[in-house]
Amino acid sequence: MSVTDVLAAVLLLVGTGLFVVAAIGLHRFTDLYGRMHAATKPATLGLLLVLAAAALRVDSADDVGKLALIGFFQLATAPVAAHLLGRSAYRGRVPIDVTAGIDDLGTLERDSSGVGDDAS
Amino acid sequence: MTVVAIIAFSLLAVAAVLAVARLMRPGTLPDRLLGLDLLVLISVAALGTHVVWTGSGEFLDVLVVAALLGFVGTVFIAGLIQDRPR
Repeated sequence: MSVTDVLAAVLLLVGTGLFVVAAIGLHRFTDLYGRMHAATKPATLGLLLVLAAAALRVDSADDVGKLALIGFFQLATAPVAAHLLGRSAYRGRVPIDVTAGIDDLGTLERDSSGVGDDAS
Repeated sequence: MTVVAIIAFSLLAVAAVLAVARLMRPGTLPDRLLGLDLLVLISVAALGTHVVWTGSGEFLDVLVVAALLGFVGTVFIAGLIQDRPR
């Protein structure tokens, strides 16, 4: 086990451990919006660590390029997916656990209605 | 390296079981969508650990496609459930 193998092993274990943290977070948070934090952030970081571990172990350069591509795609798409999910959930009246966080958009709409892009 | 891969795969298996358990629990449709999105990410990470274990880059194209499909799926379903009353 050369040095890069040991480093790849450590990165891999930390990355997969982060996935377990993400899965546990899905159960621990009280409402959907809290769970979105758990499902996106540690999972994306865990995936990036696994890809870094793979980059250390893979031999040809264009494979490292593919891994960088996957990492970039994940970093670019995860926020968009979470945002769209949260937006459609909020529009679908998914309840917010007020003990966990206040509904900023709700207070915004109630005070000056018509602020949102299509707030009726 | 195989011991590390076995540990990594078992960790991913635990995460996958928890994500599927998320689908079972009572919750809104977007909760289930989150669990499925995490499942796709776990499968991509499992492929990644396979690449780390074997050191061969032949499965990397599958990783690229799987990562993107997870995103497209989530976005598509999020668009579908937007106007439906819960």
